[in-house]
Amino acid sequence: MADQPPVIYLDNNATTKVDPAVLEAMLPYFGELYGNPSSMHSFGGQVGRTLATARQQVASLIGATAEEIVFTSCGTESDSTAILAALQAFPEKRHIVTTRVEHPAVKHLCEHLDRLTGHKHRVTKLPVDRDGLLDLEQYEAALNDDTAVVSVMWANNETGVLFPVEEMAKIAKSRGVLFHTDAVQAVGKIPINMAESAIDLLSISGHKLHAPKGVGALYVRKGAPFAPLIIGGHQEKGRRGGTENVTSIIGLGQACELAAARLEEENSRVRQLRDKLEEGLLSQIPNAILNGHKEQRLPNTTNISFEYVEGESILLHLDQYGICASSGSACTSGSLEPSHVLRAMGVPFTAAHGSVRLSLSVFNTEEEIDYVIAKMPGIIAKLREMSPFWQSSHQGSVGGTGCRCECS
Amino acid sequence: MWEYTDKVREHFMNPRNVGEIPDADGIGEVGSLACGDALKLFIKLGPDGKIADAKFKTFGCASAIASSSALTEMIKGLTLDQAEKISNEDIAQELGGLPKEKMHCSVMGREALEAAIANYRGIPIPMAQGEVVCECFGVTDLEIRRAIHESKLKSVEEITNFTKAGGGCGRCHERLEEILREERQESKAEPAAEPAKKLTNIQKIKMIEELFEREIRPALRKDGGDIELVDLDGDFVTVALRGACVTCKKSKLTLKEYVEKKLREQVLDSLIVEEAR
Repeated sequence: MADQPPVIYLDNNATTKVDPAVLEAMLPYFGELYGNPSSMHSFGGQVGRTLATARQQVASLIGATAEEIVFTSCGTESDSTAILAALQAFPEKRHIVTTRVEHPAVKHLCEHLDRLTGHKHRVTKLPVDRDGLLDLEQYEAALNDDTAVVSVMWANNETGVLFPVEEMAKIAKSRGVLFHTDAVQAVGKIPINMAESAIDLLSISGHKLHAPKGVGALYVRKGAPFAPLIIGGHQEKGRRGGTENVTSIIGLGQACELAAARLEEENSRVRQLRDKLEEGLLSQIPNAILNGHKEQRLPNTTNISFEYVEGESILLHLDQYGICASSGSACTSGSLEPSHVLRAMGVPFTAAHGSVRLSLSVFNTEEEIDYVIAKMPGIIAKLREMSPFWQSSHQGSVGGTGCRCECS
Repeated sequence: MWEYTDKVREHFMNPRNVGEIPDADGIGEVGSLACGDALKLFIKLGPDGKIADAKFKTFGCASAIASSSALTEMIKGLTLDQAEKISNEDIAQELGGLPKEKMHCSVMGREALEAAIANYRGIPIPMAQGEVVCECFGVTDLEIRRAIHESKLKSVEEITNFTKAGGGCGRCHERLEEILREERQESKAEPAAEPAKKLTNIQKIKMIEELFEREIRPALRKDGGDIELVDLDGDFVTVALRGACVTCKKSKLTLKEYVEKKLREQVLDSLIVEEAR
């Protein structure tokens, strides 16, 4: 069997490596420390105390209090809990404000709610501009007396673009509307301080910040109306029934503590690596376009479109070199249309199908970045040589070879 | 990640016959940038009238590139009459299969071949003559009808997998259902026709009860058990087990592997059996 190339993992917005220190913190709770944190005996109580530490660790990362943290199974559960709780708090209100570029966890929930209630729930999806930014005036205009909740992601998972959620939350508060943010991509990458924020509900996902998959948390501002999604025992003070996923929660706590300590590295070294990667690719490869605002985005994410080639093909070639990335192309999603985020931004089809997202973490090195910069131009050139559109694009006749549909 | 066969991967990584034939006898172009895949196929005939050379340029995923590459290998040495008999299933088979969601890539190969032959013969592309049903991907009713027949498609989802029709805005889904119904009804007249897929609830209940009485209950009674139909909601068949079946540890297996299988074979292939709680 041929030697496998070492893995260069640049898909950290999909999931992250469990930090060895996180794993180490978790291991005893798979073994000898198996008590139930809700038990009255000291054997379980010991686990309960560690759970409390984890809660404090999560709270500290986002400037919240431990009482404001509810552990969940993932970011999606946190999102669902937040939005459904807000709707239950205002049963007479039927309007939800969100954006066109949300993660499916929010996008599909809103669409489902709309259908489930026979279109009684109205959903306003705010548009974004070519840089993926929102218009605050449009946002303000969308709020009305019927609005129960605003759910807007803090950082976009595909482009890394940051939304001004702090400001948006203040506006929502002034109108008496609950504000939720899906912050799974932002937590641990940018400073967050809920003590100084008007955000009511905030979703966290463990595996986006070097904790294991299958654990998340929801920040619920003290005093904010709340209703549990999962009803059962008295765990999480009755806010989420079911025995806690103890080991993973302990991992999440440890990961949050590490993330707090690494915020500076994330914003300096990782950002520099990302910028080097981006500049290397954009300068060496013609017809490569950056998707998303250049400044107002996460330090670890870049999304680049390579015109006239298709994303899945790029990913498979990268895979041959051990490079892991993602694409917003249709072929990678099982759908036939490219990323809804890129389409909402008005990225033309010439580019949308050939988008590649490269997302870094503190574990990436400069050597890895150099390697990717060295390999990518050859891959794109090979695929373009095969593309019927590449040559013709230089002859002014791009798109629509015998095509019956519109090529924007 | 898609589960591609080794052959798909091999053709994708090392595609054969990439390029153009400057003095091609026929050129077939299908797909577009908007659609996410496109294929330009060039064919050159030899003095014996057989395809002496074939080249391609493809914009698309691994399946699209591999389908194009395999197609060019398959058609070399064939007469046009022989080549036009190649179906998308033949291309997929040559590659050891494609994921069902990617079957449209093999269809694209076949259509490019048809277009190249039509180009050589100076006639319009046959499949482009129909009514455009899917505006998003520019798919005609002729392409859809042919796919339904040739690949025995049974649902809109399958039509989308094979032709891309309906994979965009979804506004054509009703029309696709209509075409599916029309084509499936036609095929009922064929000797190997399968049972009609549109059954009313009453028809379903009647057929299920008949099958229970005729075959399933006698079989279960042999072991001291029995079964009753409790309810039917769409494709969900709720049953209650009786006698020895109630305490049998293998009752779940019986329901799935025996009862559900029988119902799917003899009543409707989408039925799901559940036990009443």
